[in-house]
Amino acid sequence: MTQVSMTVNGESVSGDVEDRTLLVEFLRETLELTGTHVGCDTSQCGACVVHVDGKAVKSCTIFAAEAEGAEVQTIEGEAAPDGTLSTLQQAFQDNHGLQCGFCTPGMVMSAKALLAENPKPTEAEIRAYLSGNLCRCTGYHNIVKAIMAASGQDVSSIAAE
Amino acid sequence: MPADGGIGASTKRREDVRFLTGLGNYTDDINIHNQAYVHFLRSDVAHGKLNRVDTRAAEKMPGVIRIFTSKDFEGVGGIPCGWQVTDRFGEPMQEPKHPVLAEGFVRHVGDPIAAVVAETLEQARDAAEAIEMDISELPAVIDMAAALEDGAPKVHEELSSNLCYDWGFVEENSAAVADAIANAAHVTTLELRNQRLVANPMEARVAIGDYNRATDEHTLYTTSQNPHVIRLLMGAFVLGIPEHKLHVISPDVGGGFGTKIFHYAEEAFCTFAAKAVNRPVKWAATRSEAFMSDGQGRDHVTKIELALDKDGHFLALRTDTLANMGAYLSTFAPSVPTWLHGTLMAGNYKTPLIYVNVKAVFTNTVPVDAYRGAGRPEASFQLERVIDKAARELGMDPIELRRKNFITEFPYETPVAVAYDTGDYNATMDKLIEMADFDGFEARREASAKKGKLRGLGVNCYIEACGIAPSNLVGQLGARAGLYESATVRVNATGSITVMTGSHSHGQGHETAFPQVIASMIGIDADQVDIVHGDTAKTPMGMGTYGSRSIAVGGSAMVRAAEKVISKAKKIAAHLMEASEGDIELKDGQFTVAGTDKSVAWGDVTLAAYVPHNYPLEDLEPGLEETAFYDPANFTYPSGAYACEVEVDPDTGKVEICSFHAADDFGNIINPMIVDGQVHGGIGQGIGQALLENCVYDSDGQLLSASFMDYAMPRADDLPFYDVDHSCQTPCTHNPLGVKGCGEAGAIGSPPAVVNAVVDALQRAGHDITHIDMPLSPARVWSAMQG
Amino acid sequence: MYELNITRPETLADAVEALGHDEAMALGGGQTLIPTLKQRLANPETLVSLTGIAELSGISRDGDMLIIGGTTTHAEVASGATDYPALAALAGGIGDPAVRNRGTIGGSLANDDPAACYPAAVLASGATIVTNTREIAADDFFEGMFTTALHDGEIITAVRFPIPQKANYQKFDQPASRFALVGVFVAQTADGVRVAVTGASEEGVFRWTDAEAALSADFSPTAVDGLNVSADNLIGDLHGTPEYRAHLVKVMTKRAVAASG
Repeated sequence: MTQVSMTVNGESVSGDVEDRTLLVEFLRETLELTGTHVGCDTSQCGACVVHVDGKAVKSCTIFAAEAEGAEVQTIEGEAAPDGTLSTLQQAFQDNHGLQCGFCTPGMVMSAKALLAENPKPTEAEIRAYLSGNLCRCTGYHNIVKAIMAASGQDVSSIAAE
Repeated sequence: MPADGGIGASTKRREDVRFLTGLGNYTDDINIHNQAYVHFLRSDVAHGKLNRVDTRAAEKMPGVIRIFTSKDFEGVGGIPCGWQVTDRFGEPMQEPKHPVLAEGFVRHVGDPIAAVVAETLEQARDAAEAIEMDISELPAVIDMAAALEDGAPKVHEELSSNLCYDWGFVEENSAAVADAIANAAHVTTLELRNQRLVANPMEARVAIGDYNRATDEHTLYTTSQNPHVIRLLMGAFVLGIPEHKLHVISPDVGGGFGTKIFHYAEEAFCTFAAKAVNRPVKWAATRSEAFMSDGQGRDHVTKIELALDKDGHFLALRTDTLANMGAYLSTFAPSVPTWLHGTLMAGNYKTPLIYVNVKAVFTNTVPVDAYRGAGRPEASFQLERVIDKAARELGMDPIELRRKNFITEFPYETPVAVAYDTGDYNATMDKLIEMADFDGFEARREASAKKGKLRGLGVNCYIEACGIAPSNLVGQLGARAGLYESATVRVNATGSITVMTGSHSHGQGHETAFPQVIASMIGIDADQVDIVHGDTAKTPMGMGTYGSRSIAVGGSAMVRAAEKVISKAKKIAAHLMEASEGDIELKDGQFTVAGTDKSVAWGDVTLAAYVPHNYPLEDLEPGLEETAFYDPANFTYPSGAYACEVEVDPDTGKVEICSFHAADDFGNIINPMIVDGQVHGGIGQGIGQALLENCVYDSDGQLLSASFMDYAMPRADDLPFYDVDHSCQTPCTHNPLGVKGCGEAGAIGSPPAVVNAVVDALQRAGHDITHIDMPLSPARVWSAMQG
Repeated sequence: MYELNITRPETLADAVEALGHDEAMALGGGQTLIPTLKQRLANPETLVSLTGIAELSGISRDGDMLIIGGTTTHAEVASGATDYPALAALAGGIGDPAVRNRGTIGGSLANDDPAACYPAAVLASGATIVTNTREIAADDFFEGMFTTALHDGEIITAVRFPIPQKANYQKFDQPASRFALVGVFVAQTADGVRVAVTGASEEGVFRWTDAEAALSADFSPTAVDGLNVSADNLIGDLHGTPEYRAHLVKVMTKRAVAASG
């Protein structure tokens, strides 16, 4: 057992875990932050994406010990303390960018990383950036639309209602 | 859009808030104090005789609580099949036992042999590795045609062969169809495979068993689309637990697509083991485990023949299909290639004579059952492909050939036993033409050609049968369950409403859409209505969500219960206003007396129901809560017309989707935003089938596409924006909302559109290609182009 | 995953020391190793994480050489290897953004997946693999599928890339994994043209020497028109036959030449 300490969503946390503990296990089981999901075991689905020191990573493919001392951000830290959704979260709701919700935390965290790098991405840039996030419900249409909307782009002409 | 958030409003989904903030409650998010963990030791061979399973050394491993094998399940039933198909000779299908843990034989890679319950998951895995096994590997049968040959190795030694059933439909039509085909001016024939798919909801399956020794109550938390069905099947047929002692909860479920309908061995195991070890017992599938244990989809090999007269009128249709059942019969497996497939072979067309033959085959592969569309995509794909081929052979425009044969008068009795109540196939085709700018295709094709790309256009129609299903009818067809739905509408004293529905939402947005219906019926804000689902202790017996049935059947049950509530509320209102019940009207949350200015608010009436001081107690019970069970009179028949444009890279064979248009008729629409989303998702999965996805076993039964490294899931950059429309509406005539269902349409309508488009592109480029089997991977398309 | 220990040395010397023990294994970004461990396909006693060693990370220029530290991530190469755009573009096409934020060049090369992208760049560029004990020429480094010249415990500290006059990498994705079904890296230097192919061969990355000769004489897409790649020893799987891969090698080579800048 090793003690790991890090900052998660702005709070200092620590826990005694086996060295083989993955970051996602530390988040879900030790910290009981179950918003970060596990959808595969080959690092492809992206349901587990969180930010470590500001970068999107797959928390199922990094040991908790490797995040020692890091700043970790998860989906639980995205809304304001009073519960107000972030611009990106709100855009997902406004544009029906989620159905079952399982891929959603990873999608939001990946999209957040994209917008930090590229504040006004094109449709093609969004689609390429999401190549590590699988969604089985939406056909991606409304996810792409939500991210475009969150970046301030007019999405009214995309398959208008 | 109505301003009140009622029927027809694109109300934003309330469930999104918890999903977007990480506060969803999926089964794997649940941890029960003192829980133990399960790891299943699964077969790594496709077929073998279990000579010995020795757990003695493993039991001594650290943390092991108990190891289970089939010996622990003596006296426990097998996993039941919920549908019995009768073959064309009047005999019941062959139905082998499906034990919870393998008994004597393993029959597919992933078949569970033993289960270790331990303090931690890794300890359970460690111990599983220490189980000593002696398995004599037996020859595996993977290919369906080979499985039916004389002398083929048998998946189940106790059965006479690998043939589950040989089904003919409509058997009496067989000779007339053969005659019509023999004498037709033109016959178009196509042989194709509708490949095996893996549903892959992003949440893999999870089961947690819990047991209370003091009350003898079992609780199962499970990732199911239908918790009551699990309770019935598992309680009555496997474990012998009466319903009042068995509580099944399906909390937030991360997608289903059919594969979470079925009752699985892991659910029965966790329920059983929780009592046996007197601890909560948790199992969560890895994705790798899901690939070898989730029910898989499709896997039909078909020959279809369409007979036409010289003018292109359809005269007769005959199909011969081999349908893969896998190693055991999953819950609804026998129904998929038969009643969910054969009855749809008329499609949108007035073909007078149809004969469908299906031979269901056991193989040493993972069981196959319903996957989004379930039988209907298989029917639509072969039909729309053979029509496209016929149009090319006859030199006719594929749209005109379809129009010439459209059913135009309703209700319409097909020769395959179903009666379409409404539809307007010309209207959806007209809408599609308006959307898709076919006139501009030639210019787009030339632009593609300048880039060195081959452009093609594919069009198709589809019809499906949803709103599953009339219980008396399906009972005659072999269903071992009713297919009604239930709802309780509980009006609270101050007027808010809780609806307990037997439908289950795993992405469909019931928590938002169902209240819209109640809001419209009563004239209150939808926020005053909450939906409870997914818990057998809270909702009346319900059959769950699949077959695009939630709004058509579950919604109708809710409407019926709400009508009862309103009827009673009117009686109360009549009493309060000293008026005749027949004069009471309810609008905008106010009861009024016709022809007067008297009114009383909804909330005053509901309060009176629970504080019955001024109340007709001699005639009416207090309270305001009603339950309804709705059994549909017929299926619903959504239909539509789809168009796809593709570009093929002739150097690599890679297909790119340039545009996708869908004109659907779903009857009335409750929440257009949600309907659009359902269609998008269905199209995404259908394009996935057409271009990417393929579940492949080698000849030894090893699964080659065993992870996302080899099973190509559609990603954002594989797919385009979709242009969808549902303004063509012919309401269903036999349910109170006039709704038809929209969950599977996209997955049914899109594969033929894509394949038709690719074949079109290749033919326009001079290739003599009439068909390529899905998925149309770059390698396959390139290979076809080499001749 | 089997039980294991993780050490996070901060110096190369400490890492070498830690890797000197039996059953110790280097951990780079872990993007292949961790999934392998999850499947219990490897059982190291100790993982020696290299990502905390500052001296192993970073991109620098030394004359006409671009030097990339062994633990430099794909994302860092994608954004930082501006002096070698073809290499930056290759790195920006590996995996997905989250994978690129963790995966390292040293980890990729040491693993030597037959469908990985970096081996094509290293071999076509004629790069040099620098380890804690020696320098290894690219032509000597790759020894077949998942097999390299590295000894047990040897650490890739850097890769030295001569910057070519023109270069380009064309990857045709395996549709599921998004690894290369076939990837071709073409590099033109004063000494001629090198063409390296990944994804295609049972024996891992290889040089297409016929194309190199033709392109050295005439650096244009049509120069390889008359050539054919033998399908012998190429990979055949559910994503493509050996013949298809052989065909793609030629197509991707032509595209790489056309796109070289």
